[in-house]
Amino acid sequence: MSELSKLTIAEARDRLRNGDVTAVDLTEACLSEIDGAGALNAFVHKTPEIALERARTADDRIAAGDAPAMCGIPVGIKDLFCTEGVASQAASHILNGFRPEYESTVTRQLAGAGAVMLGKLNMDEFAMGSSNETSTYGDVVNPWKVDGRNLTPGGSSGGSASAVAADLCLAATGTDTGGSIRQPAAFVGITGLKPTYGRCSRWGIIAFASSLDQAGPMTKSVRDAAIMLQAMAGHDPKDSTSADLPVPDFEAMLTGDIRGKTIGIPREYRMDGMPDEIEVLWAKGADMLRDAGAKVVDISLPHTKYALPAYYVIAPAEASSNLARYDGVRYGHRAKLSQGDGVTEMYEKTRAEGFGAEVKRRIMVGTYVLSAGFYDAYYNRARKVRALIKRDFDAAFDQGVDAILTPATPSAAFGLGEMAEADPVEMYLNDVFTVTVNLAGLPGIAVPAGMDRQGLPLGLQLIGRPWEEGDLLNTALALETAAGFVAKPDKWW
Amino acid sequence: MSIDIETARRVAKLARIRVEEDDLPALAGEFNTILGFIEQLNEVDVEGVEPMTSVTPMRLKRREDVVTDGNMQDRILSNAPDAREGFFAVPKVVE
Repeated sequence: MSELSKLTIAEARDRLRNGDVTAVDLTEACLSEIDGAGALNAFVHKTPEIALERARTADDRIAAGDAPAMCGIPVGIKDLFCTEGVASQAASHILNGFRPEYESTVTRQLAGAGAVMLGKLNMDEFAMGSSNETSTYGDVVNPWKVDGRNLTPGGSSGGSASAVAADLCLAATGTDTGGSIRQPAAFVGITGLKPTYGRCSRWGIIAFASSLDQAGPMTKSVRDAAIMLQAMAGHDPKDSTSADLPVPDFEAMLTGDIRGKTIGIPREYRMDGMPDEIEVLWAKGADMLRDAGAKVVDISLPHTKYALPAYYVIAPAEASSNLARYDGVRYGHRAKLSQGDGVTEMYEKTRAEGFGAEVKRRIMVGTYVLSAGFYDAYYNRARKVRALIKRDFDAAFDQGVDAILTPATPSAAFGLGEMAEADPVEMYLNDVFTVTVNLAGLPGIAVPAGMDRQGLPLGLQLIGRPWEEGDLLNTALALETAAGFVAKPDKWW
Repeated sequence: MSIDIETARRVAKLARIRVEEDDLPALAGEFNTILGFIEQLNEVDVEGVEPMTSVTPMRLKRREDVVTDGNMQDRILSNAPDAREGFFAVPKVVE
C-alpha cells in the first residue's frame, strides 16, 4: 500500500483513470503513512474523515467520466490556508482554537477539482522563518538526515516540504513571501513553484505581507507543479490584486524543448563565501540548459544586494499592519486579565502571550519603520528600491532573456537548532536568492538538481517573465530531465 | 540610527505588545542589528524613482459600492473568545 503514496500526481491521475487504483486506495495509503510519520511533525491537524469522504466523491466522479486532473489526488494543505471547520492557525498560539467559517479560494478551487485534503501542515509562525523553528506546534524535521542529526526542512512551508519529500502525500500547497516555497523545496529535494504575484487568489490565506504573499504548489515533479497550479490559479473577485487573465493549460505547454531560448546568469548572485558546491551546481545547470539547446548569457541585476534590506522593511511593515487584527476580540487567544485591566491591557497581554519571538520582532520593526518621522526614510525608500529591483529584471527580459538561472539557496539544509545563537539577520540570508523574485512579483521555481558532499539535496532556481509560468515550467522540465534527480531520503521515521 | 531602551519601549507600546522591562535592552539590541542591515538602502540613489505598484500595469478592479454579503452574525461571532447577546465582549472601555 505504501507504494501508492510515492506516486506523482500525473502517475496517480493516469492510474485512477485506468481504474487500477481508486482515490480511496490512494487516500488510505497516505493516511497510513501520515500516522507513521509523527517524528517528522509535518501534519499538525489530520482530517481523515474529510479525506475519505472526498475520496469517495472523487471515485464517483472518475467513474462518471467527470474527472479533472486533480480529482482523487491526496494533498496536504499549509496551515496558513483557511479551511472551513478545520483548525487554521498559521502555526501561531494566538489563533488557538480558530476554525474558519469559510474556505480560502485556493483550497476551494482544489476541492472543486476533486483534490482530497489529508490535513493541515506545519509551518513557521505566520510564515515568518526559514527553518520551521518558530511554529507553535514545534519544529518540523527534514526526512533527509546526515550523521543522525535532525535537519531543518527549511521554511516557512517546512511541513509541506517534509510531507511531500517523505511521501506522506502526493503534493502540498505552500505560500511564498520571500522564498518560503522555493527554499524548503530545495532543502528536501522536491519542486516548488511561486507563481507570478496575482496568479493565485490570496483570499482566505492568512496574510503576512500582502504585496509579496503568493500561494503555489510543492510537488514531486515539474509536471505535477503544472497540473496543480492549473487548479489553484485564476481570477477571484474577492482578491482585488488577483489578475483577471486567462489561465493557460500549463501541462500542455510542457514539451521539454528549449532550443532557441535565452537563459540569463546574473553575475550579482555570485556571493562572497558561497560554498563551491553551490557554484559548481549552478555552472552544471547552465551547461545542462546549453546542452538542451538554450543560449546562455551573462546578465547583470545591479540592485540585487539591496533586495534583502528592502524586504526587511517592506515585509515587517505590511506584517505589522496585517497582524494588528489579532487583538483577542474576534478570534483565537485572549489573555486572562487582572482586576482593573482595560482594553489596552487586553491587547498588550494577548499579543505578548499569543505571538512568538520572531513574529513580535517583525511586528515591532514594522511598527518602527512606519512610525512618524521614519516612514519616508525607511518605508518609502524601500518601496523605491523595490522598483529598481524590478527594473533590473525588466531590462534583462527586454534584452531577450527568457528565464534566469540561479542557485535556490546559499547552502544545503542545516541542523535544527544550529542557528539558535545566530542574530536574526543571519537567518534572513537564507532567502538571498529568492527574495528578489517576490519583490519583483515574478514567477520562480526551485528544481532539485544535485547533491552536496554530505548527500543532501541542492536545488536550482529558474525565474521567468511575468505571467509566463507555462514557459518557465517548460524550461524547468528541461532542467529536471537533464539533472535526473531521483534520490529519496532513507526512511527512519 | 541607534535605538535606545526608551525607543524600544515606545515601539512595543505602539505595537500593543507587552514587553517586560528586563527584556527591553535585548530587544533594542536586536532592533539595532536589523536596522543596521537596513541602513544599506541609503547607498541607493532613488531620486525620481516612483514606488512599484504592480507587476505589470494593471488597474485595480472596481465594482458597484453595494452590500454583497452579510446576515451571518452567528458565524461572525462563532470564534470570539467572549461573545454575548450578539456582540463581541471586551473589558469596560468608558468609565
